Amino acid sequence: MKTDDLIHALSQDAAIREPAPDRTLAIALAVGGVAAAIVFALLLGPREDFPEALHEARFVFKFILTGTLTAVAAMLASSFVRPTAPADARGWLLLAPLALIVGALALEMFATPSGEWAELLVGTNWLVCLTYVPIIAAAPLAALVAAMRRGAPTQPALAGALAGLASGALAAMLYAAHCPDDSPFFVAVWYGLAIGIVTVAGAFAGHRLLRW
Amino acid sequence: MMKTRDEEWAAWMRAGLAGDSVAYRRLLDALSPVLRQMVRNGLARAGASVGDADDVMQETLLAIHLKRHTWRADEPLGPWIAGIARYKLIDALRRRGKRAEVPIEPMIDVLAEAPQEQEVSIEEVTRLVDGLPGRQGEVVRAVAISQRSIREAASGMSLSEGAVRVLLHRRLKKLAAQYRMENA
Repeated sequence: MKTDDLIHALSQDAAIREPAPDRTLAIALAVGGVAAAIVFALLLGPREDFPEALHEARFVFKFILTGTLTAVAAMLASSFVRPTAPADARGWLLLAPLALIVGALALEMFATPSGEWAELLVGTNWLVCLTYVPIIAAAPLAALVAAMRRGAPTQPALAGALAGLASGALAAMLYAAHCPDDSPFFVAVWYGLAIGIVTVAGAFAGHRLLRW
Repeated sequence: MMKTRDEEWAAWMRAGLAGDSVAYRRLLDALSPVLRQMVRNGLARAGASVGDADDVMQETLLAIHLKRHTWRADEPLGPWIAGIARYKLIDALRRRGKRAEVPIEPMIDVLAEAPQEQEVSIEEVTRLVDGLPGRQGEVVRAVAISQRSIREAASGMSLSEGAVRVLLHRRLKKLAAQYRMENA
């Protein structure tokens, strides 16, 4: 085809139809979040002492940490879905959840005798955590990757990884309501590992599905 | 005050996104020689043949078109275009088995330069269009090859303008997929 003919055809299709990609991503995150909440409610549900636990700092911290990570990952994802990334991506935002967990670990080290650390770290429920966080994350990850396909990510694997990070953190936030282990030691290791699994899955999905 | 080239192009893009096909065409006409230069530079730097630079350039134009909703109307156009052009060039090099190291700065530089007059190589790839079955084929032939407007094509085929627009849009998306297949 002659370039001139192509340009003519394109110009006849000028008007825009699709919404901006960050809007599409926000909708996907909302829809995926609702789906994840339903999956969580059906499979696990909140733990029995949930209302009382809300008065405990360690329990509440789990939501602050995972909520911050979800928001930061979603913001980065909305940068990396556009071809101008990484120029406008605020990667330093990741320091916020990092500072939260490092600070919490330091406080926990002061608050508990070192003899108990290993026990706190292993907790009681790590296998459930590693199993259910990825399961709960599946729907939001699928929604986010589908939304990203409408964008123009120039680093597909990285974009997919950010979708995985956001989905994993979102799933961990829901799972936190069920999880009986509240020590930052447990959260850092097992939540971190579970979210990491979803992030790697997202990177693979992005590598395969986000080329255009 | 003189507008910079980026401001002028961004204004054409905004008008195009709002449905002004004349302004949009002006943008694409201005872009294609710059993109061609960019692709040639990139292919040459990677040690690949520049013979099919026009294919890569057309694929890039098509990508710019299909992804135009990812441009924010308040940001400069150049870096956005350079991002897409670089991605498509890396993609093309990868398919040719070349190591794909393409720095973005030279591409932004090319965009910022005054446009070079390039002789347009008129390489016919009509088989892409000739093989099209049915209504989509008719629409692309009518609009792209005969350079008719949507309105003329619609009345010639007794379809509504909206229907022709949708067929054209779908066809352009398929064309992008076909480029990838052919060069795979």
